[in-house]
Amino acid sequence: MALSLSTPAKSAGRATDPAPRDSPLRRKRNRERLRNLGFLSPWIVGFSVFFGYPLIATVYFSFMHYNQIKAPTFVGLRNWRYVLEQMPLFGPALWNTLWLVVVMVALRVVFGLGIGLLITKIKTGAGLFRTAFYIPYLAPPVAATVAFVFLLNPSTGPVNEMLSWVGLHGPNWFNDPDWSKPSLVLLSLWGIGDLMVIFMASLLDVPKEQYEAADLDGAGAWAKFRYVTWPAITPIVLFAVVTGVVQTMQYYTQALVAGKLASGVSIGPGTVIQPGYPDHSTLTVPQLVYSLGFQNFNTGAACVLSLVLFAIAMAVTLLLMRKSVGLIPAED
Amino acid sequence: MAPRRFRTRVPLALGAAALLLSGCANPSTGSNTDDPTKPVTLKFWHGWSAPGEVEAINENIARFEKLHPNIDVVSTGNVSDETINQALRAGGGDAPDVVTSFTTNNVGQYCSSGMWVDLDPFMEKSGIDKEKVFPKTLLDYTRYEGVQCATPLLADAFGMYYNKDAFEAAGIARPPRTMSEMKADAVKLTQRNKDGSLKRAGFMPNFQLYQNSPDRMFAQWGPEYFDDEGRAKLADEPKTEDFFTTMRDLSDAQGGYAAMEGLRARFGDEMSSQNGFLTGKLAMHLDGEWRGLMLDEAKADFDWAVAPLPVPDDQADTYGRGYLTGTVAGIAHSSMHQNAAWELVKYLTVDTEPVVRFANAIHNVPSTFEALKSPDLDADPAFRAFIEIARNPHSQAVPPSNNGGQYINSFGDFSQSVEAGRTKDLHRALKDLDDQIDADNVQSEN
Repeated sequence: MALSLSTPAKSAGRATDPAPRDSPLRRKRNRERLRNLGFLSPWIVGFSVFFGYPLIATVYFSFMHYNQIKAPTFVGLRNWRYVLEQMPLFGPALWNTLWLVVVMVALRVVFGLGIGLLITKIKTGAGLFRTAFYIPYLAPPVAATVAFVFLLNPSTGPVNEMLSWVGLHGPNWFNDPDWSKPSLVLLSLWGIGDLMVIFMASLLDVPKEQYEAADLDGAGAWAKFRYVTWPAITPIVLFAVVTGVVQTMQYYTQALVAGKLASGVSIGPGTVIQPGYPDHSTLTVPQLVYSLGFQNFNTGAACVLSLVLFAIAMAVTLLLMRKSVGLIPAED
Repeated sequence: MAPRRFRTRVPLALGAAALLLSGCANPSTGSNTDDPTKPVTLKFWHGWSAPGEVEAINENIARFEKLHPNIDVVSTGNVSDETINQALRAGGGDAPDVVTSFTTNNVGQYCSSGMWVDLDPFMEKSGIDKEKVFPKTLLDYTRYEGVQCATPLLADAFGMYYNKDAFEAAGIARPPRTMSEMKADAVKLTQRNKDGSLKRAGFMPNFQLYQNSPDRMFAQWGPEYFDDEGRAKLADEPKTEDFFTTMRDLSDAQGGYAAMEGLRARFGDEMSSQNGFLTGKLAMHLDGEWRGLMLDEAKADFDWAVAPLPVPDDQADTYGRGYLTGTVAGIAHSSMHQNAAWELVKYLTVDTEPVVRFANAIHNVPSTFEALKSPDLDADPAFRAFIEIARNPHSQAVPPSNNGGQYINSFGDFSQSVEAGRTKDLHRALKDLDDQIDADNVQSEN
């Protein structure tokens, strides 16, 4: 709305002679600009304080040595070289983060969509199922993680206990470097309620007459999904993928809590536990940022790592947006 | 016109942003000009959280307040280093005056960054000769490059708990003193389930088990981490390769790393009733002096005792040594009442009576010469065993570094890689580790 108000005035100004300083037209334009700025100001303030300033500060400190006590000193590209060339944990952290981005986001979208489809088809008791699938999402991430570590405890957890009833030897879940990331994915699938609700809303929004037309054409379930449902929900799928990628790039709490709990080491004020248990298999880039910035006082390197993460997230998002242009049907 | 404006505005904006950023980057600094006899309220942050520990520290504080009626102490418990760090970086009125840390790893960082103030001037004013008050090892882990920014507030010594019943059943007369004795005993004590998996390990050397961080076990070798110029020298230190080879042998003799990890994954939390040693799944176990109280409270269903951890065969004369660390206390750089804060630090860490009383209450090793020889110390033999370890001249702590013990973390990561068999050329990998530690240290220097 703001753009449509200001743009014609601006172009009109260019096309004709400049209005005199105190002309009514100029005063009107200024008033409009001020009004627009007034409407925009909450966003401008929020953007500047919560995005603009932190971003500039991150770039600034990435070239500084700064321990958050003494004044920062300029060190040029030293922090960048340290992170990109000398820090051995950067590789595993980036690999784990990208692994989670690919596997977790893909499975979350598939499961969220699958459950959404299932529930929209259910004739009776749909409310009960919706509630059942949504409630886990309401559990705080830490509580949910604690519960999962308990459920998947290799020795006393009910999951391995049940597997043993059918003669299966359960894995060590969060205690095994090969199983720790899949265990985190299971945890994320358990809390799929948010995506399920979004997909349900989009599925219920697909015009019924299109299904009726497909029925008349003799389309089967797959054909209806392929040619009716999918084109209608593609923007929502894209939304789920993009937000999922950005969220997973910031994955921190669950991995940290699960690693700490599964290690069995008591977490007290004197306990120094490095994130990523076991064998750095759950170490993510945000955990490394925290560790560098707030445990090692290495603000500069933490800023470099944040910027790398930001650049990757932006690149992946732009790539997804570009690739999806052909998938999303044009608005009428 | 526009490009000129752009040229002027961009540097101006960047300059303003830099000024703003650097302005925001300087937390407040405190003052040591206060009169400690004037009424004052001190904020004291510590990490103790168990009811008995909190009660003990509060009793000490109450006695201090009686001795110093003008000083009111507001005590906050269960505070981690990270919380303290954030509060001190931010500064402000709510930041603490007196702080403690449960790990000595961060002392180098606190001293070099100036986050905790240098206590030497305060000790001088009080006429305290620190070399005569504190054992050298403890003094070493509370200072960095000449800055004494902390004092020891009780110490932790690490030794070996062993299951006497299991020893008796296996026909072992006394705890092992050398690594080869330990290996032989561990094999005798190891038990297997019908499916071949481990039921009980004699001793689990795995570095991810509870308190088993490799620096603690490595202390039995008496290693030097750095040369005189502060460069890492683990690859040049023959003890390092011997340490890893011995640990590997110890593991292999009992079934190997995978079998050990399989058993470890089935342990419960360290402080729970499912602790591996408490449930009898470990016959020998590295731990600190506090475990004794917990074993008593949990009423372990076997007879147990404490001994020093064994030493390498070629250093048999050093038997009795152990790894030392402890709680440290200091004064926040942002405190406006540093002289009054020093009175509290002095009372808690230098004065014999409160140190002994607190050590007895929470079963930690006293941290002053006077307290160590006090007749009032708890006579419990398990506790006494740790005091002997602390007194042993070969016992050692890890040297402080300016980056919060980053090298210990790197050494820990490396050790896990070695024990899992992922490191093929140990010497080459140790060289790389040294380079890594040096790079981390350079990165932390201003």
